[in-house]
Amino acid sequence: RKNVEDFTGPRERSDLGFITFDITADILNEKTRLCKYNMVFFLTHLHLQSIFDWNVKQLFLYLSAEYSTKNNALNQVVLWDKIMLRGDNPRLFLKDMKSKYFFFDDGNGLKGNRNITLTLSWNVVPNAGILPLVTGSGHVSVPFPDTYETTKSY
Amino acid sequence: SGSMEPAFHRGDLLFLTNRIEDPIRVGEIVVFRIEGREIPIVHRVLKIHERPSGDIKFLTKGDNNAVDDRGLYKRGQHWLEKKDVVGRARGFVPYIGIVTILMNDYPKFKYAVLFFLGLFVLVHRE
Repeated sequence: RKNVEDFTGPRERSDLGFITFDITADILNEKTRLCKYNMVFFLTHLHLQSIFDWNVKQLFLYLSAEYSTKNNALNQVVLWDKIMLRGDNPRLFLKDMKSKYFFFDDGNGLKGNRNITLTLSWNVVPNAGILPLVTGSGHVSVPFPDTYETTKSY
Repeated sequence: SGSMEPAFHRGDLLFLTNRIEDPIRVGEIVVFRIEGREIPIVHRVLKIHERPSGDIKFLTKGDNNAVDDRGLYKRGQHWLEKKDVVGRARGFVPYIGIVTILMNDYPKFKYAVLFFLGLFVLVHRE
């Protein structure tokens, strides 16, 4: 994990965070257990199999980072998402994933921020009916360092 | 359009709520309008930044799109706000709207529907 001061387009200089993560998800029920190992995060025993009943077309999974900063009481950034169709392998074993979307803060609130929480959630998309959002019960805390990286080795 | 496939397709009927007090959070599917454009867009919330006051700015993206919606917003606009939201998608029924779409896209189909409707009415008046 590093953060670099960076800007794209017309925005002011905002903090940009880089997180790599592993997702191990064995999909059966909604209990999740997470553990941190060095720089790598395992989401283990994420059981979703029982969700795939006759009326479930797909799950839209997303990994989001949630944190507070001086300027903003609540920030949520989706780092990664995946569509899991009924019939797809319900076991996820993803290693060394890089975030799909740039983890820009609205300002400089990532530097020294000790309390970034990563959570895996999913939107159940039925063949017809309600669209519930479910959050996995486990989550991992990611602290960002106090200094910026000057070289980007991504 | 196809930007939310495979969840929704053209012709699906969405059920929306629009409670102001419902907080906007990532993962939710919102219906929003861009200033100056008539047609609302139904996409998923990708990023939010909420002030202590409750003021919120957020970014959206269609599930089936490669990039976020910033390119769709008004020139110079980087974020959406609560005022841009016309509803939240809570549920849906597939394909119902397809009849309306077919009638718009294929006028001959519309005339055929009207013709048979007319026949139906005439026959039933007996």
